[in-house]
Amino acid sequence: MNAPDADARPAGHLDKAEVVLAARNVSKSFGAVHALKAVNFDVHRGQVTTLFGENGAGKSTLMKILSGIQLPSSGELILDGQPIEIASTVEARDLGISIIHQELSLAPNMNVRDNIFMGREIMSSAGVNFAEEERQTRALMRELEEEIDPLTTVEDLRLGQQQIVEIARALSVNSRILIMDEPTSALSASEVEVLFKVINDLKAKGVSIVYISHHLEEALTITDHAVVLRDGEMTAQGPRAEINLEWIVRNMVGENFDLGNPPVGYELGAPALELKGLTVPAASGAGNAVNKLDLTVKAGEIVCIYGLMGAGRTETMECVAGRLHASEGQILLHGRDIGHLSIAGRIAAGLVLVPEDRQRDGLVQSMTVGRNLSLASIRDFTRGVFTNRRDEAEIVDRSIREVMVKTDGPGAPIGSLSGGNQQKVVIGKMLATRPSVILLDEPSRGIDVGAKAEVFRILADHARDGMAVVYSTSEVGECLAIAHRIIVMHRGRIAAQFTDDATKEAIMAASGESLVA
Amino acid sequence: MAITSSAGKGQEKGTSGSFSLIQFMLEGRAFFALIAIIAIFSMLSPHYATLGNFLIMSNHVAIYGTLSIGMLLVILSGGIDLSVGSVLGLCGVFAGFLMQGVTLPWAGVILYPPVWAVVVLTIALGAFVGFVNGALVAWFKVPAFVATLGSLYVARGVALLMTNGLTFNNLSGDPSLGNTGFGWLGFNRLLGMPIGVIELAVVSIIVALMLMRASFGRWLYAAGGNARAAELSGVPVKRVQITVYMLSGICAAIAGLVLSSQLTSAGPTAGTSYELTAIAAVVVGGASLMGGRGTVTGTLLGAFVIGFLSDGLVIIGISSYWQTVFTGAVIVLAVMLNSIQYGGKVKS
Repeated sequence: MNAPDADARPAGHLDKAEVVLAARNVSKSFGAVHALKAVNFDVHRGQVTTLFGENGAGKSTLMKILSGIQLPSSGELILDGQPIEIASTVEARDLGISIIHQELSLAPNMNVRDNIFMGREIMSSAGVNFAEEERQTRALMRELEEEIDPLTTVEDLRLGQQQIVEIARALSVNSRILIMDEPTSALSASEVEVLFKVINDLKAKGVSIVYISHHLEEALTITDHAVVLRDGEMTAQGPRAEINLEWIVRNMVGENFDLGNPPVGYELGAPALELKGLTVPAASGAGNAVNKLDLTVKAGEIVCIYGLMGAGRTETMECVAGRLHASEGQILLHGRDIGHLSIAGRIAAGLVLVPEDRQRDGLVQSMTVGRNLSLASIRDFTRGVFTNRRDEAEIVDRSIREVMVKTDGPGAPIGSLSGGNQQKVVIGKMLATRPSVILLDEPSRGIDVGAKAEVFRILADHARDGMAVVYSTSEVGECLAIAHRIIVMHRGRIAAQFTDDATKEAIMAASGESLVA
Repeated sequence: MAITSSAGKGQEKGTSGSFSLIQFMLEGRAFFALIAIIAIFSMLSPHYATLGNFLIMSNHVAIYGTLSIGMLLVILSGGIDLSVGSVLGLCGVFAGFLMQGVTLPWAGVILYPPVWAVVVLTIALGAFVGFVNGALVAWFKVPAFVATLGSLYVARGVALLMTNGLTFNNLSGDPSLGNTGFGWLGFNRLLGMPIGVIELAVVSIIVALMLMRASFGRWLYAAGGNARAAELSGVPVKRVQITVYMLSGICAAIAGLVLSSQLTSAGPTAGTSYELTAIAAVVVGGASLMGGRGTVTGTLLGAFVIGFLSDGLVIIGISSYWQTVFTGAVIVLAVMLNSIQYGGKVKS
């Protein structure tokens, strides 16, 4: 079926290429949340179709439906003109649809050959036919022009090479449609080049690619067809010849994106938090995640840090909060060096962090809503050795009112809350310690627009009362919401600063989202 | 008192879910199991349900129970302490060694410490072994299973070295040396209650109060439930970890003192495999081996279920081999019910 008819499709007729897989009026709801609303999506044979959209726009949901991980609530999928139902990833694989996830799904302790044939080993009468598997692996690697020995353990490979192994695995099952979710986010520039060459080779073989990336300009270089999603709806689509960066951003972000405005009408106070030449080594040991960062935040000021994944935002915040150690530089809180303090010491001094991953770092699932809310301020309601129930109830009730958590009461299990309310609990927990500086790492991640607006309103209220607020985001619309100042980070440094003259396009450009030529 | 206040906490937890008979039976399963065991053995033997027998059985449970309370703290933190049986043996031997008199060759004297000093020094030894365990786990990131498995061997080996494999049989002391009274722990009664049972009650009440009312208890539940979140909320997670292993060591030392007093001898192999019984009691009592969930009441009930079951089998004359089989079955059943209880909660 997938005959190599590359030269049958000259560049000018790209949009006329045959549609191999189509989604028609596909909707998906999770309870009351509509992740996808009647989306139409075409995958063209032997072309790269790129899906653009912010976090939470519905890209991954759509990909999960195409690859059989989830079933749509309504609508249908059409493969080669026939309506089909893809109920599992195995069915998807049998139909020739493979997905390469953002987080690689390789077993790092096994070698390349065993990873590629995992779950469908080639059997002979004497057991697994390793020689044949190895031969096929070598053939695949030759095809992809990668010098990877089939017997290398996967964890010894560079991330880019691991990506190649994932691709090889997808090819080994004769995939006709290959879905790539953020394949370049962990790759170096030269590895990206190799990947793009591979993608072009695959196109020439008639393989259709669905590509998702936050690096807009990078994606533009290889895309043949673009589809833009926003809030679960398809807002625009077009062939490469008719689109440009500005078109994508306009359709991604929308015109009427309102999460509130920066609080005004008061004077900013003295510097509350000062970072001087802050340097944090990367977790991988090579290079620095944060490189000589200087930043001053005044009391009452709201600063937004924008950047791509891996720009160093999380490392900066975790270092300031005391989770990571700085290799160089100073952290001053109200003029006092707090570099030697523990996390608990920094909380007592008035500096708190709302972590990025609320499930992993924010909440204790085995405790109730009330006990989660009071966790960071236990010392405030402890008299001598014992805790005081009345004081604790007071703190918990005040927090629930202040951050407006919708709950059956302080005794409800934390798991009974929605994502947005869980996030409010994490924020309320840290606000209960009455901090003077609050850092929030992606506070809006995975919560709906209404909850986002409430979170931003809470932050604006506290800023008006003199709290210094630093929040990070990877959604450009949120930078412009309540921030007095926007810092754009790129590769561990501040790439640009904006006050009130910021535009979405300028912010994205500075973040490296569009690779400046 | 420990029991009433812990039950209050259980109710608090219960109200969060919808009330149903199955839920009620599931949450109180250790309690119902204990009632069932007492009822069944009372029917099978007229000697079982007597006050005297209950006190004797409770005195047996005191040893496991004390170890289980320490084990509960470690398990709540998300760890495990395999060394308690060996520490129990080591501490018994250490107490016996002190009772024989400590010879100081360079001073040319033999010291006979009074019994209170023996008790204090022995507890200090238990705390020290616990500290080493805790430091290995918290500071050096050695998995708890491995760190305490090592301590299990080292402590047992030291106990054997100290006695050359023999047993101290004379723990009674000498009135002329002023170190008598070691047997008080194992044989005396206060208001008709064996000292061992009172000791277990006191330890339980202190730990229950600590878990429910002290800030340390809250730290422990948080650190065991999600160490990363607890740390970012300002909980001194490492200090909590070291403390629980020290408390577990102290509980093992107390159990060692009571046991050697009950037996009027201190042998280096005392307490072999008791760590498994202690873990079983904690698990039967409804605690999660993942950490963050468990109560003193549950653990005590677990210890009594295991103790009353095995003593009951002895009383009705069933082979001790069958005891082993029954104990194993009870543990597996308990863990199965744990998964149903906690698994269901996660889903809802």
